[in-house]
Amino acid sequence: MGILIIAEHDNHILSESVLPVVSAATQLGKDITILVAGQDCHKVAEQAASINGITRVWLAEAEHYQHQLAEELAPLIVDQVAKGINHVMAPSSTFGKDLMPRVAAMLNVEQLSDITVIVSEDTFVRPTYAGNVMATVKCEGPVKVITVRTTAFEPVNVRDSAAEIISINAAPKLGVSEFVEGIVTESDRPDLNTARVVISGGRGLGDAESFKLLEKIADQLGAAIGASRAAVDAGYISNDHQVGQTGRVVAPELYIAVGISGAIQHLAGMKDSKVIVAINKDPEAPIFEIADYGLVADLFQVLPELSDALSK
Amino acid sequence: MKILVPVKRTIDANIHVRIKSDGTGVEQENVKMGINPFCEIAVEAALQMKEAGAVEEVIVVTVGQNVCEDVLRHGLAMGADRGILMETDQSLQPLGIARVLEYVIKKESPQLVIAGKQSIDSDNNQTGQMLAALLGWPQGTFASKIEITLDHVKVTREVDKGLRTLSLQLPAVVTTDLRLNEPRYLSLPNIMKARKKPIDIINASELEINIIPQLKTLKLEYPPKRNGGVRLASVEDLVDKLRNEARVI
Ligand SMILES: Cc1cc2nc3c(=O)[nH]c(=O)nc-3n(C[C@H](O)[C@H](O)[C@H](O)COP(=O)(O)OP(=O)(O)OC[C@H]3O[C@@H](n4cnc5c(N)ncnc54)[C@H](O)[C@@H]3O)c2cc1C
Repeated sequence: MGILIIAEHDNHILSESVLPVVSAATQLGKDITILVAGQDCHKVAEQAASINGITRVWLAEAEHYQHQLAEELAPLIVDQVAKGINHVMAPSSTFGKDLMPRVAAMLNVEQLSDITVIVSEDTFVRPTYAGNVMATVKCEGPVKVITVRTTAFEPVNVRDSAAEIISINAAPKLGVSEFVEGIVTESDRPDLNTARVVISGGRGLGDAESFKLLEKIADQLGAAIGASRAAVDAGYISNDHQVGQTGRVVAPELYIAVGISGAIQHLAGMKDSKVIVAINKDPEAPIFEIADYGLVADLFQVLPELSDALSK
Repeated sequence: MKILVPVKRTIDANIHVRIKSDGTGVEQENVKMGINPFCEIAVEAALQMKEAGAVEEVIVVTVGQNVCEDVLRHGLAMGADRGILMETDQSLQPLGIARVLEYVIKKESPQLVIAGKQSIDSDNNQTGQMLAALLGWPQGTFASKIEITLDHVKVTREVDKGLRTLSLQLPAVVTTDLRLNEPRYLSLPNIMKARKKPIDIINASELEINIIPQLKTLKLEYPPKRNGGVRLASVEDLVDKLRNEARVI
């Protein structure tokens, strides 16, 4: 019986988020299909076909799949499930979170969000209460519809395969929603989800200008830039940088928290980082309770010094 | 136009949750409960539309035990017109909740449902999308901006790589992100007024809706604890440790 993975992409490039999902899928079974639905996206199908461990790629091309709207993709996925699929999986990115509950409801099953461990083919571990309580959950529905926390599974990194690409029919267009525009935050820095180092700023930075101090260090370390909710709300940086319970979840080798107090909602997004550094002038800040290395100091003094020390 | 806002009662966001000693759930006795923050943002969004003149009525609805009436009163004190309590003692999961909400929507025929994107207890982020699926309606999830016209709603969504704007045909389901608005404070006169606003109580267990849970929680446990490390005296120390001890730079 088969596993279906829904690929996230922009019609040109397959998102890296598929790689940990494939790795999770290989713990569940051998027959793994990746569904690529889009418009003129054969290139993406080829990228998917190169991932080792997968069996085949299904390619569905239609104009109404161009923007991967949940309303259009969900019926297509439901049609495929009838072919003997018992696990449908996607990354727990905003793409997966938007789409998978819709798929599950159409299949009349509950959905499992953000799984971090696969116990067996019907039992999974997932975080609740901002990651403060881990729940082991058994799913009794006939089909398991799952989003995978990508930081919890080692990405499959061999990509020299050439699985078969099979074109499948598109489902009829629903036409109830329309894409208007997208504002993609362009950056030369590594992506938050895959960066080896993340440096994040909080309210302590005080203004957008001060985030430049972080940018300099990020460039020196090849790091991605993150932020607390307070920093995003205050407009220091755009929303897609927010780390936490309700933002992005990261687990880099090194996480540097600057001027961040360490609220549970922020910790939920970074406490699985390998090494955590906290820079905060308040010795009582909760962030120090989980930091491997703490520096009680004024960030405006520390950041220039850090930049100098790194260039030595 | 009518807007329906589903609201959930959750443990307060500032509480450190404790697992019950028998492992069957988390401690709720003597723990501060309240309206889920994302649901509160949803109520605020609906009220702002009403105040702008685009909407006649805002209905808040919750599914759960009778104690959940307090979150309906919260919504009413913010300014919602009436409440509906779909009462049941059954433990609930998102699809079950979505099915009960579907029933309410068929009865009330709102043009727009605004829900919170996730509840801060189970962290599922599912109910709004499931409801949209059951109704065959479009969905605008994780909204940071909502603009309503005669027969469409334009939703700007917060996504991993930035922002994405969709135009949805009404009726539609929208789920709220944090930056949509800042919910108003409750004033004492409004809290008093809310006590007199109507709440319909419907026994959800007596309806022919399948709300039996499909997911079984086998175990709850704390994540591995991280211990705080060392405090360093200088930036030089820090760089030295990162280079030579942790070897991460
Ligand atoms: C429903 C909900 C969801 C949420 N989701 C998230 C989420 O996903 N992510 C998230 O981050 N938060 C989230 N929050 C918010 C969270 O509760 C905190 O409010 C937020 O993380 C605080 O951000 P902060 O640490 O930057 O600000 P603060 O708590 O204000 O901390 C600022 C810190 O900077 C330090 N500081 C100030 N000046 C200096 C200086 N010159 N040098 C050094 N240190 C300095 C201070 O000592 C302080 O510790 C959520 C909250 C709710 C209710």
